[in-house]
Parts: sequence; C-alpha cells; structure tokens
Amino acid sequence: MPGRIIKWIDQRFPLTSFVKHELTDYPTPRNLSYWWNFGFLAGVVLMLQVVTGIFLAMHYRADISLSFDSIQHIMREVNYGWLLRYMHATGASAFFFVIFVHMARTLYYGSYRAPRELLWWTGQGLLLLLMATAFMGYLLPWGQMSYWGATVITNLFQATPFFGDQIVIWLRGDYTVGDATLTRFFALHYLFPFIIIGAVVIHLVALHTVKSSNPSGIDLAAKDNIPFHPYFTIKDLYGLGWFLIVYSVFVFFLPDSLIEPANNIPANPMQTPNHIVPEWYFLPFYAILRSVPNLVGGVVAMGLSVMMFAFMPFLDRSRIPGGAHYRPIFKIQFYLFLLDMLVLGYVGYTPPTNQTLLIGQIATLCYFGSFLLIPFISRIEERWLVRRGLPPAVIALMESEALTIEQRRLKHRRRGEQA
Amino acid sequence: MTENESPANTGRRNFLIKATTAVGGVGVAAACVPFVASMNPSSDVLAKAVTEVDLSGITPGGVRTVAWQGKPVFIVHRTPEEIQASTATNGVIDPEPDSQRVQKPEWLVVVGVCTHMGCVPNKEGPGWTCHCHGSQYDDSGRVTRGPAPKNLEVPPYHFVADNKIIIGKA
Repeated sequence: MPGRIIKWIDQRFPLTSFVKHELTDYPTPRNLSYWWNFGFLAGVVLMLQVVTGIFLAMHYRADISLSFDSIQHIMREVNYGWLLRYMHATGASAFFFVIFVHMARTLYYGSYRAPRELLWWTGQGLLLLLMATAFMGYLLPWGQMSYWGATVITNLFQATPFFGDQIVIWLRGDYTVGDATLTRFFALHYLFPFIIIGAVVIHLVALHTVKSSNPSGIDLAAKDNIPFHPYFTIKDLYGLGWFLIVYSVFVFFLPDSLIEPANNIPANPMQTPNHIVPEWYFLPFYAILRSVPNLVGGVVAMGLSVMMFAFMPFLDRSRIPGGAHYRPIFKIQFYLFLLDMLVLGYVGYTPPTNQTLLIGQIATLCYFGSFLLIPFISRIEERWLVRRGLPPAVIALMESEALTIEQRRLKHRRRGEQA
Repeated sequence: MTENESPANTGRRNFLIKATTAVGGVGVAAACVPFVASMNPSSDVLAKAVTEVDLSGITPGGVRTVAWQGKPVFIVHRTPEEIQASTATNGVIDPEPDSQRVQKPEWLVVVGVCTHMGCVPNKEGPGWTCHCHGSQYDDSGRVTRGPAPKNLEVPPYHFVADNKIIIGKA
C-alpha cells in the first residue's frame, strides 16, 4: 500500500527522485570533519526558534504597558512558559554560536573561494537577517536593556546623509522608541524567520549546485564521495546530541547567564542605565562602533566590519588550495583574527575608559588590517611556499585548476569571436 | 520573428516596453507610499508634541526633567555662578554662545538626549555626563568632551507667563 501511494505521488510530483538526489544519494566528501556539522545545527536551531517563538507569541502582548508584565506572566503562570522563554532566549545565543563556528570553519578551510562565492554571499545575507531578527526580538521584553539597545541602534540611522532625523522618526514611528516601535518590531520579528527560511532554501540550492567543500580543499574525484545518507545523517545526528547537551545545560541550569540583569527592570525612557551593553554576539561590532570618535565614521566602520566577510573571495587571491591547511601564514592570521575578535568583545563589554578606548582602536585597526592585508600576505606566502616546494598532490591540483581556468577563458573568447 | 519586420517596428516595440515598464514602476512606487507613510508617527503621537511646564517649584540650582514627545527635557534653574561660567566660554566641540541657547539666562531648557547615541546624560558636578560612551556637557548643555558631535538640542519653547513655558512651539 505505501509503495502504491508513493508511486501515485511520483507520477505527479518528483518526490522519490528529489529525496534520492538531494538527500539519500547526495554525494558528500568522505573526509568531512565535525566542523561541517554546524550548518545542519544552524538549521535545527532555526526550527527551535520558530517553534518556541510561535508558542511564546500566543501569550505575549506587544503593548508598552503590557509587554513587560506579559513576560512575567509567561514565566510564572503559563504552563511551561518558563521553558519556552528560556529555550527561545538561549536559542538566540546558540544560533549565533553555531553560525560563528560555521563562518570560522569556512574562513579556515577557504570554503568561500571559487566556485563557492555565491554560497558564501547568501550566507552573508543570512547573517544580516539573523542580526536584524535578534535585534528586534530583544526589544520585545521591554526591559531597560531592550529599550536603550533599540534607542542606540535606531539612532545610528541618524548618520544617513540629509534625511537622518526623519529616518530615525520613521523607523520608530514616534519621537522616541515607543508603542509604535514595539508593535512593528514584533510584527517584523515574527516575519523575518520566514524570510530566513526562504534564504536558507537559496543557500541550500547553491550548496547542492557546488557541493560541500572538504578539509583538504581539493575537489575530490567521484570515488571519494559517499552518499549523504546514512553516513552524514548519522554524523549530523551525533553532533546534534552533543549540541543538545550543552544547550540543555544552559536552558535548565544557567538560563540567566545570557540575560542582562538590567533587562529585568521595566523600560524607563527618562533614565539610561549607567552601563549599557549589547548581547554578547554583537560585542565585537559594538566595540568597533565605539572605537571611532565620530558618529558617522563609527556607523560606517561597524557596517563595514560585518560586511568585510563578503569581500573574502576578492581579498584572498592565493592559488594554494585547502585554506589554512596548506598555508602556515594564513593559519597564523586566522588565529590572530579570532584573538582580535575576543579582544574586541572584551572592549565592547567594559565601560569606556581611555585605556579600553585605546585597546579598542588598536583592535579595530587589526580587525580591518587582517582583511585588507590578505591580498599582499597571501601573494607573498604563495611565492614562498612554491619556492619551498609544495606536496606533489597540491602542485598537480594547482596545474589542473590553472588549466580549467585557461579553458574557460578560451571558451569565453571563442564565444566572443562568434558573436 | 520574421525577416520582413522593419527596424522601425522594433523601435516602436522597444519604446512600448520601456513606457510600460516606466508606468508600471511609477504605479508600484505610488502604491508603496501609503505603506511607508503608515510607519511615520500617527496623529495621536503628533498630538503629544506640546508640553506645558510650571516652573515655580524649581529652586535656583535645581533641575526638573519633564517628558516632551516622550523625550526627557532638562529644565535648569541656573545660579548666577553657573550663568557666569556658561557665558565665559563658547564651548569647544560645537561652539555656540550661551545667550543663543537660553531665552532667560536663569532658565536653561535642553532636550536630555545625548547627541551621540541617544542615551540620557546624568547630572554630575557642573553639567552632565553620558555614561553610554563618556560624552560630557557643560551647564549650557554644550558638549565639552566627545564622542558626541553636537550640543544638547534646545527645543522650541516660549514663556507664556513668568513661571510657565510651553515646549514644542517657539
């Protein structure tokens, strides 16, 4: 009977062939390490956030006189409301954590390089959507941190030339963050996850066109690919188990560690808390904003700092494959970059003093330097590595890659002549 | 497309495509106007735009914070020393004489929103300090230390009586 139903469907819809092509028989490099689990984990966290969010929305009130109390209502009176809220709040941090690891893996193994530029750029778009969603969701509890975080960030749009003030008022729907702001943030916070789901589909279509990269950085021959199912379904599920253990520790034992204490005070538009900090996942970017002693410059620097990742395919022109795997200097650069992110995060967390300001400015220069120096360093590194002698497999790969590029160029020229 | 179609026809077709696209584009843009406009402050928000304040209870040296358009407005009853200190300088980062910032020297009325990121500065010593990013303002609300680029905004206001002002209308 089930066989007959599937056959009936298959005549009308490519169900079996789709599942076979994209899942069970989907060719996957056999050497993927656990660092390749984080894309799948991001998908799981997205689903967790959507489900917990929809159930929270059934009890939440988007009204400045009710929203703070409705969170208390969820925490104290709604059945398992505390669990839904802690899952959702912890889930936001978990989302950024897995996305940051996912991005770090891509940077380390050079997975953003040809032919995966579009895959990387759709990911960049997803990062921006995630940041916007998290920012708007943070206003909803209507605590002090929610209010002043939203005030500071909407104020950034004042840097817009000519229309700065009007745009800020338009975004808020009021002269200050108020009822109009809260209701629109709630509407958009509910909408954006579905846009994210759409963008994830595009991300996956791009992935299934160019296929996964792998730790060696070498495009493997067909014999080195294995079907996604059962090998990677089981590997992803095993990783999910570990993820859920860590996630549960935070949800059940440390839920308040990720919530600023000041956010348990209702928003007061007449009084800014002495020390306002964004959520941990925005700290490095916030530190860059504060390091520039000028409003417009700070906003531009912060925007650029998020967008720098998109330039990676242009910046890294090294022909040595495999990301940091075969490139010792790039590897050092990568770890220095991670260290710099931690320094920036620390600077973003501490109250501004002359000393942290100086550290922040140096770290900001290092941040942009570690991107903008890549073209020069990677070229010097390539020359040095070639002089030192590369492994034969890498040389063969580089030659074959050079050949395909040459062939593509010839084909292009021939097509140009015909036209 | 057949061979005997003349170039004049393709020209006409191209023109029609462009014209249709342009008209359609204008239509879509016009349809966006109400949606974009709906996000601007509504009538009831605009109605809050004026606040009346009775100054009689503020003693010399005292500060009162009132809400105007949801924003805090600092009203300072300045002492003669504070007036003297404020008129002595023109400020550093955004120079402006004190006389242009007040209507009566003993009453300073400024919007209590830091011109940097929109935090509310705290009254500390002479002037204000913003704890978000460390900006400082003097007793005329002029910025004395960055990152704030501008002085505290003076809202439009006028005296309706000796001890009563209306904020929101000059």
